[in-house]
Amino acid sequence: MSNEIEAIKDPGLPAHVHRKADHDPVAARRAERQVAAMFMISALGTVLMIASFFIPDDVFVFIPVMGNQNAHQLGLGLGMGISLFFIGMGAIHWAKTLMPDQEVIAHRHEFRSPDSDRKEFVDTIKEGAAATGLGRRSLIKRTLGAAIGLSAVSPLLLFRDLGPLPGNDLKETSWKSGTYLVTDPGDRRIRASDLEVGAVAQVLPETADPEHRKLNDIAKDAVLLIRLRPDEFNLDAERLSWTHEGIIAFSKICSHMGCAVALYEQTTKHLLCPCHQSTFDVTRAAKVIFGPAARPLPQLNITVDAEGYLVARDPFYEPVGPSFWGRISS
Amino acid sequence: MKRLSRYRRHKAVGPALLIFALLAIGTTFSVASATTTTQTTKADRSALIEEGRQIFLKGCSSCHGLNSEGGVIAPSLVGVGAASVDFQVGTGRMPMADMSTQAMRKEPLYTPEETAALAAYVASLAPGPEIPTEAQLNYERDGSTAEGGELFRNNCAMCHNFAGQGGALTQGKYAPTLMGVEPKHIYEAMVTGPQAMPVFSDKTITPKEKMDIIKWIKHAESEPNLGGASLGRVGPVTEGLLAWTFGLGILIGVAVWLAMKAR
Amino acid sequence: MTTEHRLGQVANYVDERTGAAAWMKKNLQKVFPDHWSFLLGEVALYSFIILLLSGTYLTFWFDPSAREVIYEGSYEPLEGVQMSAAYASTLHISFEVRGGLLMRQIHHWAALIFMAAIVAHLMRVFFTGAFRKPREANWIIGIGLLTLGIVEGFLGYSLPDDLLSGTGIRIAEAIIQAIPVVGSYLSYFAFGGAFPGEAFIPRIYIVHVLLLPGAFLALITVHLMMVWYQKHTQYPGPGRTEKNVVGYPLMPVYMAKAGGFFFIVFGVTAFIAAVASINPIWLYGPYTPGQISAGSQPDWYMGWLDGLVRMAPPIETYFFGYTVSWNILIPGLIVPGILFTGMALYPFIESWITGDKREHHLLDRPRNAPNRTALGAMSITFMIVALINGGNDLIATHFDLSINQIMWGTRFGIFILPPLAFIITKRLCLSLQRADRELVLHGRETGRLLRLPSGEFVEVHEPISPEKAYLLTSHEQAPALELSPEDSRGVRRAGAIRNKIRSRMSVAHAEAVPKVSTEDLKEIENH
Repeated sequence: MSNEIEAIKDPGLPAHVHRKADHDPVAARRAERQVAAMFMISALGTVLMIASFFIPDDVFVFIPVMGNQNAHQLGLGLGMGISLFFIGMGAIHWAKTLMPDQEVIAHRHEFRSPDSDRKEFVDTIKEGAAATGLGRRSLIKRTLGAAIGLSAVSPLLLFRDLGPLPGNDLKETSWKSGTYLVTDPGDRRIRASDLEVGAVAQVLPETADPEHRKLNDIAKDAVLLIRLRPDEFNLDAERLSWTHEGIIAFSKICSHMGCAVALYEQTTKHLLCPCHQSTFDVTRAAKVIFGPAARPLPQLNITVDAEGYLVARDPFYEPVGPSFWGRISS
Repeated sequence: MKRLSRYRRHKAVGPALLIFALLAIGTTFSVASATTTTQTTKADRSALIEEGRQIFLKGCSSCHGLNSEGGVIAPSLVGVGAASVDFQVGTGRMPMADMSTQAMRKEPLYTPEETAALAAYVASLAPGPEIPTEAQLNYERDGSTAEGGELFRNNCAMCHNFAGQGGALTQGKYAPTLMGVEPKHIYEAMVTGPQAMPVFSDKTITPKEKMDIIKWIKHAESEPNLGGASLGRVGPVTEGLLAWTFGLGILIGVAVWLAMKAR
Repeated sequence: MTTEHRLGQVANYVDERTGAAAWMKKNLQKVFPDHWSFLLGEVALYSFIILLLSGTYLTFWFDPSAREVIYEGSYEPLEGVQMSAAYASTLHISFEVRGGLLMRQIHHWAALIFMAAIVAHLMRVFFTGAFRKPREANWIIGIGLLTLGIVEGFLGYSLPDDLLSGTGIRIAEAIIQAIPVVGSYLSYFAFGGAFPGEAFIPRIYIVHVLLLPGAFLALITVHLMMVWYQKHTQYPGPGRTEKNVVGYPLMPVYMAKAGGFFFIVFGVTAFIAAVASINPIWLYGPYTPGQISAGSQPDWYMGWLDGLVRMAPPIETYFFGYTVSWNILIPGLIVPGILFTGMALYPFIESWITGDKREHHLLDRPRNAPNRTALGAMSITFMIVALINGGNDLIATHFDLSINQIMWGTRFGIFILPPLAFIITKRLCLSLQRADRELVLHGRETGRLLRLPSGEFVEVHEPISPEKAYLLTSHEQAPALELSPEDSRGVRRAGAIRNKIRSRMSVAHAEAVPKVSTEDLKEIENH
């Protein structure tokens, strides 16, 4: 198509346009002064930076729009910014106005090597390969392959102790039969009567050493307690028996990707996970009604002891938290 | 005697008597009804309740029912307590202007006195959460900022964001910003659980812990932004926007200038 | 002794030991074309240097340990709070080390600008076709740098172990755990046991300060060496051919401009770090798995990933007691994998479609490659829709919308909008080509009206300069490949379906408004 049609000719590089500073010494001096001024501003910026270093960090200045700003931080950063920026501006302005701006043409050489070089390269490789004798000595070739292959794989074994095997760890939490529910923070046992209808409580299992809870345990044990009116539930008989006088307990660890699901909407009885907006219906045992979570939050079977404190009747009936390959299988 | 009867029939007597009677009744009434916050007698209290009932009938009963029994569009107020009223009316949420997703904070329609009257009336319907006392609001003295922060992050940040800037709920609802909210209203909100917000009972978050939370919120409000302008205290979204617009924008601007031929 | 003499002595000293004079002389005269869009890669490069410098500074105070400590520093709202040593040391840098907060902010802002510059540079290279032979390998290195940058940034802001970044690690762990068969094992190996564990922070520290920077240095060096050796591409125009480079010599002009630009980038970054707060970890609080903040997002360069995960349908399949979480695998691994692999292989895909095996050193004006430009617009639209969904909760609160509406909007939008963007962009490019053709044939519209003696009004057109005419017509318009499904003897070729796809795509790729030739111009003159 267009290869056959004659294209418009290349008129060549446009004529060079001289800058003011090229022919007018006054303009050149002005440009020089401008560059010098920029370098001077940079120096002032450095002075500001050095001075700001010694401002105590409880001094604040009011800047319009931004409000009260920490003087030390602001001065240090502005000083640094100015000192660097104007070195750059000065250098660029210098290059633009005073350094030669005549465009230069360089040639591109073809990358392809001359055929003779290519042939020599191929020959060198061929001769070298033949000199190893690998072609004839298949025993060497095979055992070399085995040696290198094995030695490359074996160091992977050294990484075995990066971590323990998961075993049943992902399927177990600290919740056992009779574990008391305690407030988080505070570690106080909770009575059913402590919660009003519409109330929530952040809960952890009671532990012997509440001052030193491990994050690993919290990551599986965190539970959310919600109180509804008993008639608001839409549960089968078994799940209803896991509640107590309208109080229902769920694992707080999202079944999608493990964020804490603690956002309870009292009006709709929905739980919202703020990470990916999975929405769970509390009245239907945290069934997923919106968002990417595929499973409801595991419900904890709770009851009260003789004194009215809430306890877990059983451990969680399924693993809490995000899914994994062997989640259901034993 | 004759002089008196002569003036009795003066044409200015009628209007003068009227003005005198109005002034007398008015002054007597305002003197009698002036309430002090400390010693309210039982009679005063019933007067307050009655005043509240009048305001209620005029401004609230059309949605909440003549006896606060509630209806299709508004819940019953029986048992919500003075705290609920003080919060809802005091923050301007009630009367609700726009019957959309949720009540918005706005300029209160009623004066503090009228709000107190309404609260007294609703409290008289059935026992409910009370307006917090001064002792319960003395967070400056009795609260702990650090503990308040821990409590806030555990119980509040998931809806209201780590710095109390507010957050999204489902279907267009939102947890509002906590900045610029009176400590009393923060306390009342925790205790009454307005609209979508759950209730935070005094047993699960004790009154002392509530004071801690209020102290932390007030600290967050007054803490200047230590690293520069805050970009809303909402996290990486605004930071990314700034990096692209001002960051890369300024640099591209300089690049264009750099490659331009000088005059 | 004059400066010249001194310099001569130094040069002699070095040359007698290395023989450097020859290649120094050649390289100091190397020509670099000058265009603002060629500075985007430089912004990325200089941001990288800033990251190295500021990052090294931070390592002198940062403690990469998950060991639990009680805070006893100067920030009152965290007094007595239990936290990791990593978090506590970051607070120390922010509040007790003078200049520490500034350096933390420079480091983080530089990271955001680094990634933005990489993306802008990638777009420039893509839309101008600079990835074509001989630069395919450099393109792949670039995609590698983009990927490593995303990981490096994620690991970097996770080091302080605050509530926001810890949540991000929780999500990353869930992605690892969701991998079929080996997921939970990989997770326990990465974290040294259950999440969060105590091994993760120190491990990602070494990846972040040693392994990945090392990889970056190596890749960036190769990337730059290839640009150096293959010479930079240039925009088409008068005097510019496939066989030359027109520009300015390295010394002194390019050195001054490029060197100066480094100071500009550093200065702007420092300025932004002075006036805009970033990652205020003291407000987030230390990480614990039981807490979360509303509006939790990753940094912008991972926002699209978050958006994809949010909009994924809630699909898990179960068989024989095993679980496969498609709702995590598809948005978190499969789609990004396809996207980035496709991006990396694009030079080869395009050369397969066009059958073009020649070297290219002249860039394409994006309108002259409508298919490629439209494909780029399509990909950008995809990313932006995903990014919007990643911030759907913030958008909802600030614009009074519902997260549910936004989510559904993006669920449909991600399928509807990219093809729409493709169609619109391709048509736009073809329109621009038509406009170019008009410009060459009829000249520039001056806006002046002339009344002819016959009474007709015409607009006066000014002919364009020969330089501009050359610019508008110097591009190549290769015909579509001709791949017949049968060979000359009528026997069906092997790979007939492949050829059919190839020729269809080739036809689509070659669609263009024919450019003006000298014959067309002659016709006009006679008209």
